[in-house]
Parts: sequence; structure tokens; C-alpha cells
Amino acid sequence: MTLFRNVVFIAAIAGLVAGVVLACMQAYATVPLILKAEVYEQAGGGHTHDHAAPPAANATDTNAMTSAAPGPAEAAAPEDEGWAPADGFERFAFNVVANVVTGIGFALILVAASEFAGGIGNWRQGLFWGLAGFAVFTLAPNLGLPPELPAMPAADLAQRQIWWTATVVATAAGLGLLAFRKSLPLAILAVALIVAPHIVGAPQPDSFESPIPEGLHHQFVVAVTLTNLVFWLVLGVVVGVVRGRFTGTATSLRDSFA
Amino acid sequence: MNTASVSLGASVSSQSRFMQLALAACLGIFVMGFVGFSHIDAVHNAAHDYRHSMAFPCH
Repeated sequence: MTLFRNVVFIAAIAGLVAGVVLACMQAYATVPLILKAEVYEQAGGGHTHDHAAPPAANATDTNAMTSAAPGPAEAAAPEDEGWAPADGFERFAFNVVANVVTGIGFALILVAASEFAGGIGNWRQGLFWGLAGFAVFTLAPNLGLPPELPAMPAADLAQRQIWWTATVVATAAGLGLLAFRKSLPLAILAVALIVAPHIVGAPQPDSFESPIPEGLHHQFVVAVTLTNLVFWLVLGVVVGVVRGRFTGTATSLRDSFA
Repeated sequence: MNTASVSLGASVSSQSRFMQLALAACLGIFVMGFVGFSHIDAVHNAAHDYRHSMAFPCH
């Protein structure tokens, strides 16, 4: 199991570094926007997990953001959501942990996938593998399901998770075919795979009525996309550098890709 | 793309190589899925800001 051990080792280092970088970027770029959105969410009457279209009467009410007192039906249930980290440091700390843990998860996928294709030989190749990861895990799913802020309307959670997963798989397969197969029919199939999820279409909410201002959401989409781009580039580069140290052949693959 | 290259586990057979890489990928998918997709409330709340910031389907 030496190969497995090496993959995990490299992924752990890369995930740790990229996860900490991402958590720091989020602390400045995305989390403040989430906190702002939560103000609107609370003003709109608690945290509703039922994202069916809000009653029309209530929809007009939520436009008047100054009315902090929600209607009687809404006031009934700030529903019990179980344990949550306290705001402030605890919340930040859990965010860092989540970033590092999933960073290692993404790194495991990236390293394993790239090893099938010969491995990430140096930091330059890492950049391109990072770009691929960004395209697969951020760009493609976010076209159909843009990053949401709390309180934004959304379709059924399970359906969105299925669409997200299917899109990631199809896009990864498509990119892999494009990059590593040299036949025209397969290239056409690859493009079809990448396009197909968007033709099927992501699950959409019944109503787009949202208490969140358009400007705030747009800012959030930009912040999420850019922080993820940097995360993936860092992840790929660190994998390339660490793997190079590991095999002692940092330059031998320089010309094989990219 | 011919991949006659120096790999991480040079001495392992190709079948074992495939299994180990697949195992690593599955581990990664599991970790990512647990943090990003789990429906358990405590996990959701702990990773709430992360899920929004990564645009994972949330709520």
C-alpha cells in the first residue's frame, strides 16, 4: 500500500495548505456576505427549511425589510435546528476545520485522478490540474446552481444534490476525454457530456422571490468563484511541488502535459 | 498521452496500482460528501458557512 500511503500523504499536505488559504479568503470575502444575508433571513421570519413558494401575502411583507416583527404564522417557529457553533471564533474555527477536511478530500480526488494520467510533475502542471478541478467542482455546477446566500429560494435539497453530483461527474468525464483521448468522436462525446447537465437543467425553486438584494447576491457569486479559483490553483501547485519533492523528479514530466 | 513516467509507487503492479488509487479517490469522495452533503443537522451547522462559500447545495 505504498502508493496509497503516498497519495494520502501528499493530499494531506496539499489539503491542509489550500484549506487554510481558502478559510482565510472566506473570512474576508464570503462569510461577511453570509452574515449580512442572515440579517435579512432573520428579518424575514426565521430559518425556513421548507423552500416551497412563500405565501403571496408574506412575499409582499418581506419586501418591507424594516418590519422586523414577522407575521404570526412565521413567528411561531424559529425551528429547532440542533447544535450549531457559536458566532465569532467558534464559528470561524469550525469553518477552518471544514475547509481543511474537505481540502484534503478534494486533494485525494485530484491526486488519485492525476496519478492515473501520469501524475502532477511540477507546479506548472499543478496549475492546469487545479484549473480542471475548478472547472469541474465550481464552474460547471455553479452555472446551474449559482452560490446561494441564506434565505434565498431553492429547489428540493436532495434533487439539487443529485444534479450537482451528476454535473460534476459528467464534466470530469468530459474534460478527461478531451485531455487524454485523441479521437474526434470521443471529443464530440466529451462536449456532449459537459453540455448535457445544463440541457437537462438544474432543479429550480418554485418562486424566485427573495429577501436578498440582487447586488449582495452578485457580490457573493463573484467572491465564491474567485476564492474557489485560488483554492484550486493552490491545491494543484502544492500537490505538484510536494510530489516533486517526493519522487525527486520534479522536472522530468515538464513537457508531457501543458 | 503516453505516461511512461516516474510514479509514486513505482514497484506496484498495475492492478494493485488501480485499486490503491481508486481507494484514495473513494476516501476523498467520502470525506467531501460527509462534510458537504450530509443531512445530519450538527454537521450541516458546523460546516454551514463552508457549504455556502463552496456553493454546495445547502438547506
